[in-house]
Amino acid sequence: MSSKSVNGTLTPETTFNPHLYRKDFPVLSREVHGKPLVYLDNAASSQMPQQVIDSYAEYHGSYHSNVHRGVHALSQQATDEYEGAREYIRAYINASSTKEVIFTSGATDSINLVAQSYGRTNIKEGDEILITNMEHHANIVPWKMLCEETGAVLKVIPITDKGELDLEAFEELLSEKTAILGVVMVSNALGTINPVKEMIAKAHEKGAVVVVDGAQAMPHVRIDVQDLDVDFFAFSAHKVYGPTGCGVLYGKKSLLEEMPPYRGGGDMILSVSFDEVIYNQLPYKFEAGTPGISQVIGLARALKYVDEIGVEKIAAWEDELLSYATQEIKKIPQVKVIGEAENKASVLSFVIEGVHPHDIGTILDEDGIAIRTGHHCAQPVMERFCIPATSRASFAFYNTKEEVDALIASLKKVIEIFT
Amino acid sequence: MNYERTKQLYQQLILDHNKNPRNFRIIDPADKEAVGNNPLCGDKLVVYVNVNEDQIVEDVSFIGEGCAISKASASMMTTFAKGKHIDEVNHIFQQFHDLTTGKLDPEKDEHDLGKLAVFAGVKDLPARVKCATLSWHTLHAAVNGKEQISTE
Ligand SMILES: Cc1ncc(COP(=O)(O)O)c(C=O)c1O
Repeated sequence: MSSKSVNGTLTPETTFNPHLYRKDFPVLSREVHGKPLVYLDNAASSQMPQQVIDSYAEYHGSYHSNVHRGVHALSQQATDEYEGAREYIRAYINASSTKEVIFTSGATDSINLVAQSYGRTNIKEGDEILITNMEHHANIVPWKMLCEETGAVLKVIPITDKGELDLEAFEELLSEKTAILGVVMVSNALGTINPVKEMIAKAHEKGAVVVVDGAQAMPHVRIDVQDLDVDFFAFSAHKVYGPTGCGVLYGKKSLLEEMPPYRGGGDMILSVSFDEVIYNQLPYKFEAGTPGISQVIGLARALKYVDEIGVEKIAAWEDELLSYATQEIKKIPQVKVIGEAENKASVLSFVIEGVHPHDIGTILDEDGIAIRTGHHCAQPVMERFCIPATSRASFAFYNTKEEVDALIASLKKVIEIFT
Repeated sequence: MNYERTKQLYQQLILDHNKNPRNFRIIDPADKEAVGNNPLCGDKLVVYVNVNEDQIVEDVSFIGEGCAISKASASMMTTFAKGKHIDEVNHIFQQFHDLTTGKLDPEKDEHDLGKLAVFAGVKDLPARVKCATLSWHTLHAAVNGKEQISTE
């Protein structure tokens, strides 16, 4: 068997051994309701390896203190580690400067920063903000709010029955009026990998600024922000084996420099008097208050962990799991797969005729299998496919084919109960 | 063992009401109606109710999308409430709430739930309690003159 990798190249069946890595993830050896945990909810939040937990614990256990503040040894060490993490992440995504790497509380916060800071200063009545029908609510609501404030108009790129973007419609919708294009790189609800590089180039021809929601892309695709020529790129640590409550906004320096601060407070200023506040330089201008220090350190460690395995190897194995799971699930006649894009990450969304996803989720949970059920914070996607919700299994590199088999067996049980 | 627990929850009675929900229709016009939302799952249902001057539920119905638990619960609620005095409906609502949150043990404690005791299994599934109680909250809101309720 061969499988198509996310980068579109054909790879022979891998000799990837997930068991080599499973031992790094303490949670994977626990039981749920007396059964071994089968964790297939990685698109909601992926697990952390011991290396990340250790980096996190080390900060709290040996140098917990604030950053950019004290002259004492602990604060200096915390600052060094925190800024070291920024440099690691800069290199990982190939940003040209650490000034372009802003720490936020997650992808949602990153997108809100762009909408509020860039949006409020640059968007005016009649401008168009173009997004897609497969966005997560995090890349819809901030733009909706901006439109309400400014009188800009929200336009939406439709999706095809296979769950791909309608690129012809995209080109028709794109015009000189398009001020911002917001697009998800990998859909959390459908798994679709969108051709963002081409879309960015086309948007730039019309003078639009492009915001890419990379939350689901980070664990599957090697990101090179300069190669993409993306203006803003948002992601969360917890979807790429890091801690929760932390994320990154990458932004081009030329844009960030012109943008006003998003939140006011400590750390983001050079000097404050009641007459005048002078803002700090990039990236601190956008980092008001004490940041999630241990989370940032954990994120850098998580990316290092991914890099040591190799994101291409990870993607190839996940592709193999997805192909296997798709093939097996399609043998169950009552199952319908939602989202069958040619280029797809390891997200398998499906519905079972006559059975609501929540009932599926409950029955699977009794077997120790964790999947996501519901609208996946992407209600417009559900509406597009005329369904209230789906069940979604999402695979990480530490998942095995045996776990896919457990999923399929449990789904057969669901059907047996309901018929 | 797990299979038993699953079977315990998805009993024939619940599966039957899920497949063939009773009073699954709109009452038009209805004296009272309310919308119930479960934002966690996007489920939504509308409960319609006619109450006469003696405070008796003359007719009650529902429409909406939901899981087997929420649909069966709504269906069984309508068959239960029809012909009952509002005070009795409120009384059972309270007992049903206690049942699903584990405060009432149908084996040990006295109750008037009858067949509704079949929902006892959801007490072990905190994420599903709202599915079972959404229709009851919505009916309660309708008879008490509220139009929108949310389980969050
Ligand atoms: C595609 C996508 N964008 C944005 C987000 C929001 O991420 P967070 O909740 O970490 O801010 C998610 C998380 O589910 C996602 O899948």
